Amino acid sequence: MCGAKVGGLSLEGVDVDNQSVIQGVVITADEQPVSGAYVRLLDRTGEFTAEVPTSATGHFRFFAAPGAWTLRTLAPKVDPVDRAVEASRGSVAEVLITI
Amino acid sequence: MSREAVLVNSEWVEEHLSDPNVVLVEVDEDTSAYEKGHIRGAIRLDWKNDLQDPVRRDFVNKEQFEQLLSSRGVGNDNTVVLYGGNNNWFAAYAYWYFKLYGHADAKLLDGGRKKWELDSRELTSEQPNRETTSYRANGPDLAIRAFRDEVVEAIGSLNLVDVRSPDEYAGRLLAPAHLPQESAQRGGHIPTASNIPWSKAANDDGTFRSDEELTKLYSGAGVDFDTDTIAYCRIGERSAHTWFVLHELLDQPNVKNYDGSWTEYGSLVGVPIAVGDDPGQA
Repeated sequence: MCGAKVGGLSLEGVDVDNQSVIQGVVITADEQPVSGAYVRLLDRTGEFTAEVPTSATGHFRFFAAPGAWTLRTLAPKVDPVDRAVEASRGSVAEVLITI
Repeated sequence: MSREAVLVNSEWVEEHLSDPNVVLVEVDEDTSAYEKGHIRGAIRLDWKNDLQDPVRRDFVNKEQFEQLLSSRGVGNDNTVVLYGGNNNWFAAYAYWYFKLYGHADAKLLDGGRKKWELDSRELTSEQPNRETTSYRANGPDLAIRAFRDEVVEAIGSLNLVDVRSPDEYAGRLLAPAHLPQESAQRGGHIPTASNIPWSKAANDDGTFRSDEELTKLYSGAGVDFDTDTIAYCRIGERSAHTWFVLHELLDQPNVKNYDGSWTEYGSLVGVPIAVGDDPGQA
């Protein structure tokens, strides 16, 4: 199992060359991974595109298209947190989200 | 149908956890979610292994559906309350499926699994034990299921509602972005279809918007409520969510879900496709 660090999610089996990957980890202020948070991927107009719950280690991943995106994180007992991210084909945008 | 007849909230579910007539059913895309924890007493239906024919691309037939529900302990008189992840996409799909086979009393848990989790309500890994039943289904109600030929016929005449995200509608994405963008079919949408993403019908916590907001959403986006409607997405689960909104919450009589959706339409030879953000011409 990976720790709660950026780049911790294995890309084994992922065809990164042909994908625009956005991934990362959700942590608390004292750097504990948050599992079962919900990360929503919003497009450049703010419209919903996808949503995933975070893994046991707080990780999440999206296969987006090149361009500007927003990640909105929902978790129990905290206000939603928005983070801007830029995706490009053939690369992995790593995002650390602190709630 | 009124909203109360087809939708329950988390408090209602908590009050009915011990009600023998209420069967909670979890339906997820991630079928392992149930094992990590589910609402106490809930059984699981696997949208793929339980509800699809193992060989052909089609539903299980009436007899298979009867066997499935009998073996899981669901009775004809039970109130079936469906919920799941992905903002109830697959739960709405199963709801539509239960209605296709004539189940009388089915409901959705508003907000599904996400709202339940965000409220920090109890989940358990305990397996329920339900006695088998002798479930009897009706023949499939094809008034709520659309097939490819009628979808092609509907171009330029009926309301076609593409409920995928704007990037999928335009052809910039081929699948919702939690899945790898690998696909055999072409990108784009059925010409003349309006893009009204399913997510516009829901709040961030997955609960449905009010009837007033929903009516305004669809009429404002060009849906003529005096005309029949066909909703589609990629595989028919998000459009089941929109079918639920239009047919069950807003009481629109002639609404069909096209479960073949983009994975079928986008692979058909010779049919018209529109790309980009505009609906396109018939």
